[in-house]
Amino acid sequence: MGFEQFLFYLFSAVTLVSAAMVVTRRNPVHAVLYLVLTFVTTAVLWMLLEAEFLAIALVLVYVGAVMVLFLFVVMMLDVDLAAMRAQYIRYLPLGLVIALIMAVEIFLVVGPAHFGLAEFPRPDPAAAGFSNIEALGMVLYTVYVYPFEIAAVILLVAIVAAIRLTLRRRPETKYQKPELQVRVKKGPDRVRVVNMPSEARVGATTEVKPE
Amino acid sequence: MISLSEYLLLGGGLFAIAVAGIFLNRKNVIVLLMCIELMLLAVNTNFIAFSHFLRDTTGQVFVFFILTVAAAEAAIGLAILVVLFRNRGTINVEDLDTLKG
Repeated sequence: MGFEQFLFYLFSAVTLVSAAMVVTRRNPVHAVLYLVLTFVTTAVLWMLLEAEFLAIALVLVYVGAVMVLFLFVVMMLDVDLAAMRAQYIRYLPLGLVIALIMAVEIFLVVGPAHFGLAEFPRPDPAAAGFSNIEALGMVLYTVYVYPFEIAAVILLVAIVAAIRLTLRRRPETKYQKPELQVRVKKGPDRVRVVNMPSEARVGATTEVKPE
Repeated sequence: MISLSEYLLLGGGLFAIAVAGIFLNRKNVIVLLMCIELMLLAVNTNFIAFSHFLRDTTGQVFVFFILTVAAAEAAIGLAILVVLFRNRGTINVEDLDTLKG
């Protein structure tokens, strides 16, 4: 067994075990942390498949941003764990049966009989100077440039939607109104100088006059 | 040597675990979202395995787009979750019956 094969089996075992932990842990914080472990080990497997850019993107974007967002939300919400545990056991047999049927079906379709090394031989490893990012960029910015821009618009829509959904106006907070600020005129909107006679100090009864 | 079918079986196993997770944690919306992330990860692994064994970069481009859409989905889903919790005080699926569905 070669070193690459050893790495593959080690990391796929860790991936499957941590994925099983994600769905069985009662505490959502533990589940998110196991999900992080799943993503990191999967990134290593993608690295074995010579998809270096996507492996790094998975760790940076997914683990670094999306999973941290999950963790924030899980810790922010006060989840009632006791209520969540109810009916957990009731659906366990059904879930296991369906997952087992699905796994057997997938094995029958993509098992070694159809997608083994005889049908799909291992490709030659890439040359030493080969850049995965360059190859991906050449395809992404030429053939798929239109879907790429659509993806950018989708991200923009996601930003706007997420901000608008969670934006909350508190009545007790004072806000600036920029639309009124830019429309202010020089005359009565700004400082008004009032001409009025000076008044005596309140409570002063006698005035001291210089001799 | 690692064959293509081993990578595909790994993806299939991940997907089956995620489906089982949806059945197990059908009351907790956060874990449901995490199971969807697991499913997308399994699909991405299949895409990359085929991309490697067929020597075609297109599969990796698709993974790129799936990652983009999944990030957007997670952001909007979590925003909806926060608003839901603010308005109803719970994220238990059974309590979310305002629409009488």
